[in-house]
Amino acid sequence: MKYDAQDCKLVFAQKLTPTIYDFRLQNSALAAITKPGQFVQVLVPGKTLRRPVSVCDVQDDTIRLVFEVRGEGTAIMAETKVGESINIIAPLGKGFILDPGKKTAFIGGGIGVPPMLYSAKKCGSNAVVINGFRNKDAVILSEDFEKAGCRLIVTTDDGSFGIHGFVTQPLAEIIDEVEMICACGPTPMLRNIAKMAAEKGVPCQVSLEQRMACGVGACLGCAVAVKTEDGSTCYKHVCKDGPVFNSEEVAW
Amino acid sequence: MADLSVNIAGVHFKNPIIAASGTIGFGHEYSEFYPLSVFGGISCKGTTLKERPGNPPPRIAETPMGMLNAVGLQNPGVEHFIKEDLPWLKQQDTVAIANVAGSTREDYCRMAEILSETDIDMIELNISCPNVKEGGVQFGTSCESVAAITKAVRAYCKKPLIIKLSPNVSDIASIAKAAESEGADAVSLINTLTGMRIDINTRRPIITNITGGMSGPAVFPVAVRMVWQVKNAVSIPVIGMGGVTTWKDAVEIMMAGADAVQIGTALFTDPYSPVKIAEGLNSYLDAHGMKSVTELTHTVITG
Repeated sequence: MKYDAQDCKLVFAQKLTPTIYDFRLQNSALAAITKPGQFVQVLVPGKTLRRPVSVCDVQDDTIRLVFEVRGEGTAIMAETKVGESINIIAPLGKGFILDPGKKTAFIGGGIGVPPMLYSAKKCGSNAVVINGFRNKDAVILSEDFEKAGCRLIVTTDDGSFGIHGFVTQPLAEIIDEVEMICACGPTPMLRNIAKMAAEKGVPCQVSLEQRMACGVGACLGCAVAVKTEDGSTCYKHVCKDGPVFNSEEVAW
Repeated sequence: MADLSVNIAGVHFKNPIIAASGTIGFGHEYSEFYPLSVFGGISCKGTTLKERPGNPPPRIAETPMGMLNAVGLQNPGVEHFIKEDLPWLKQQDTVAIANVAGSTREDYCRMAEILSETDIDMIELNISCPNVKEGGVQFGTSCESVAAITKAVRAYCKKPLIIKLSPNVSDIASIAKAAESEGADAVSLINTLTGMRIDINTRRPIITNITGGMSGPAVFPVAVRMVWQVKNAVSIPVIGMGGVTTWKDAVEIMMAGADAVQIGTALFTDPYSPVKIAEGLNSYLDAHGMKSVTELTHTVITG
């Protein structure tokens, strides 16, 4: 059986910003098979739909989820106390295809930053990480990326920390050095990165999100338009075909 | 250990729990959680004569105790289903039901004709998809049109024929009678209730299709009421669905009049819900000294 829904004990919980939470869920069986870029479907008490959350990191027997409170469901999730259980379907989807021997840029925007950590760690000193945030107060996970030996560049939209501007500015400066780009964040950011990658001929993988129901590819809810060979488009699904797609495949 | 088996239009189901169309695809994904034989039957994703791309995203929105969807009948077409999915599904030890939708009467008849030559066990006629202009709902909202499509398809359909009814009508009992009068072997209900959500920050509908079909626990009381009304009106089997989430819901909708129960949205919340519902049904029957699950059907006391 490829899929399972299991209870995991919340063994660590921390508030990183007023709206972003850092959870570690203990489950050695699931942790052992979770790959960078995959996601989990979190059961929220009282809610019909599970919440898809990208895996931030795997440490020993724990899966780390860093998520933002965006609505009622994630607010309920955030109330979970250490020692309580959270039911997840995991691991789900296709993650990043990584070559730790290649210089790779990992680019995250806002809550798109956490999904890059586990991936960047795999590349260690070959990882150039560019993390973009709204402002200084929103900056998260910098120590984790640095501890993994990655080169870290931080940008903020208002210039209150790091480089003043968007992630595409430092990317333009380092793009000639890298052989692969992995990115997660708001669609306009991903679209711009995909364009830059295409212009430079650098392979680029993007992690997408979409409103989701089943999480396993059965209900066809989380559609994403992709290009077909004959130049038209068709719909693939974030949960099963993704969440990571080749940026040239996406019909931006 | 009570007998959970039911007979719907001459087809034996090992238990009354059927996966609802549109929630389980053709079964492949959920077979990675458990053997599909946990289901009495599976109603496959709605298929059309030709491949359909489906609606642009977002296709999903959550609602209080439920959800909206407007997937738009994305499917690879009936021939692909017959060639690529049906042979596999037939080996899963569960009743295989094809769910068919169309834009013309000829589409429905042609699909019934094609599927009648396969070893599919039953055909469920989807005349109630709310998310596609040509998804068949125009055939499902008046007694005259339901009678006409049932009669037309019946002439081509050699398999047991289920008519899936829309709740977005003024008198569902009359519509069920119209289907029965023209040769339907069973009716299933309810399809989703048409709904809408708006993002108050952008003022835009959450779903690109603007409206979607509402399902989940929130619609359950509507389903119970409609199943009861339909069962009072027809003598063919009634397959009840709409927000069934727990074994208690299954008992309740059967008491209202259902001979079998479809489970849909509950799969998303808990993929193991069909297993738990079967276990719970069995315990309930044992505890109440009932030998067969059929003893529940239409036993609500209203006098």
